[in-house]
Amino acid sequence: MSLTTAHSVVAPSANAKLIAGTIIVAYALISIVPLLWIFATSFKTPPDSIAYPPKIVFQPSLEGYCNLFTTRTRQTPEYINSLGPATGFCDETVRKRNMVIAGPSNFMPRFVNSLIIAFGSTFCAVFLGTLSAYGFSRFKVPLADDLLFFILSTRMMPPIAVAIPIYLMYRELGLSDTALGMILLYTAVNVSLAVWLLKGFIDEIPREYEEAAMIDGYTRLQAFWRTVLPQATTGIAATAIFCLIFAWNEYAFAALLTSGTAQTAPPFIPTIIGEGGQDWPAVAAGTTIFLVPILVFTILLRKQLLRGITFGAVRK
Amino acid sequence: MAEIRVEHLRKAFGDFVAVQDSSFVVEDGEFFVMLGPSGCGKTTTLRMIAGLELPTGGKIVLGGEDVTMRRARERDIAFVFQLFALYPHMNVRKNIGFPLLAQGMPSAEIRQRVEETAKLLRIDHLLNKSVSGLAGGDRQRVALGRAIVRRPKCFLMDEPLGTLDTEFRDLMVHELRELHNRIHATTVYVTHDQMEAMSMADKIAVMNHGVIEQFGTPREIYDRPATMFVADFIGSPPMNFLGFGGGLAKGSKEIVVQGAKVAVPEVREDIAPAEMALGIRPEYIRFDDASKLRGAIYGTEYLGTTQIVAVETADGIIKARVPAEIRLNTGDHVGLALSSARLSLFDKGSGRAVRTAIHDAAVEARHG
Repeated sequence: MSLTTAHSVVAPSANAKLIAGTIIVAYALISIVPLLWIFATSFKTPPDSIAYPPKIVFQPSLEGYCNLFTTRTRQTPEYINSLGPATGFCDETVRKRNMVIAGPSNFMPRFVNSLIIAFGSTFCAVFLGTLSAYGFSRFKVPLADDLLFFILSTRMMPPIAVAIPIYLMYRELGLSDTALGMILLYTAVNVSLAVWLLKGFIDEIPREYEEAAMIDGYTRLQAFWRTVLPQATTGIAATAIFCLIFAWNEYAFAALLTSGTAQTAPPFIPTIIGEGGQDWPAVAAGTTIFLVPILVFTILLRKQLLRGITFGAVRK
Repeated sequence: MAEIRVEHLRKAFGDFVAVQDSSFVVEDGEFFVMLGPSGCGKTTTLRMIAGLELPTGGKIVLGGEDVTMRRARERDIAFVFQLFALYPHMNVRKNIGFPLLAQGMPSAEIRQRVEETAKLLRIDHLLNKSVSGLAGGDRQRVALGRAIVRRPKCFLMDEPLGTLDTEFRDLMVHELRELHNRIHATTVYVTHDQMEAMSMADKIAVMNHGVIEQFGTPREIYDRPATMFVADFIGSPPMNFLGFGGGLAKGSKEIVVQGAKVAVPEVREDIAPAEMALGIRPEYIRFDDASKLRGAIYGTEYLGTTQIVAVETADGIIKARVPAEIRLNTGDHVGLALSSARLSLFDKGSGRAVRTAIHDAAVEARHG
């Protein structure tokens, strides 16, 4: 065995760094390429989107976005020529395909539904989760361990396994296809995760902080609000992101329980395909816009998220 | 400021009794220290006075009012925690002003009070700093500031110097006592460190297994320990014990230890024959070849002005504190002379001190 070179145990060598870097970049590419592909497709024309071999370089077009936000009807060229000059960019674009805009599509209302339901349920889950986590963390709750296990056990079965009973219950209760119904459902699924995550974070905050505040003349609720909550923001942010991602991406229940007014974006986007041929650019445009809120939310909270994920892990 | 009266206080957590039947009075303006090993119930007692725990039994009277079952915020006390509990999301000024905000005091007045307090503690230059960047001593001062800013009925402190470096600790001991001398706040201070207790306290309660073993001034506790536990817990090195048998008769002034006659303070009670112990502090032992009580030198510990000498006797190791100049060699045989007026006698079974003339001296001292 050669012992001529001394290896530091802590600092990686230049070679190791290079290898690690290569692996990370390669993995990032593999992960990002599908997203880039969707993003690129959203700016292609329908013929470019199905061209073979696939076009890497292409003339960007906003046709996909026009198609996403509108519904169109096919007309004869004579009819189109008989119309006045085009009223806008999209009008002009669709006329080239012998179509006229019939009205706005359902994408915007569905997207707004998604926002309301995802953020609403995230707020509820985190709100309830914070309070119950605080309770479990600070008070002697009878059968606390069993209750916590029970809360966790609601996640042991895939939620979709109870889809049929929930569908029937919702129909009876008049919650089918309502934003309230979806918020309740996603809250119920997320709250167990929220309780467990937040309990970990709140356990880490020494109770002396509230005790000091309570001795200094505050009620428990005030002490919680002024001393515990500000220190739990990291955990709350991390929990909120997890809850939001679930609620935002959820497809199965949304497809089953919403069809009209309360339909969210995930079940809506695939329906675009059916409207007048396979309109991949419109689907890609819908997907791209759909990704934006999570992206923005995660970027805004990335510091808390990163700290939040490492926080409990390092200390315990 | 107010007097704190604790009567027959008891606290049980399930089967475990943390505090049993504690009674004591902290007089107005007194610096009172609860001293004992960890788990002895001193912190639990403090938390009950604060209202952070409710007692299983007994009574707590604060300034003449029974507060036993009152909420912490209704007791008008201040608490300094071991880990300071400074709010990391607030700066020094907001931390100190936090209790005043609870009272709904106008912000101009809060500002003024916070600045006065900061000046008193010499931390006025730190007011706008974040607490997370502060050194240990300054954190401690901010925690104290938050306690005194409200001018509460009393201060409760739970090992507030426990996390500081030795260097800071000595400084803070001095500062705390000085602060107390200036504001004369009734203070209950919990610690396991006898040095802190001895140097700051007006009165000390030594606790063990949930029981107050002795309540008294630092001098009483050191010179006239009420139990063998106190004698052993206080002092460094602790009190030596030499076993002897037989009973004691009222009025006797001499006992026999390891075949040697030892003069002791006059015994004031009759004790039936039992296992007894003679207690002697290391500094009251001299080397005297004429003494019949003998041993061999086992080891020495040089401390500069004095040295601690371990002597192996027939009844185990005895430690003596003697001047550093004396030259000694391991294995040397020496005679041990004990200062008679300073000896304590204990009943080994109960650990209780036997009443002797040293207790009379105490009574005289108290009345004189």
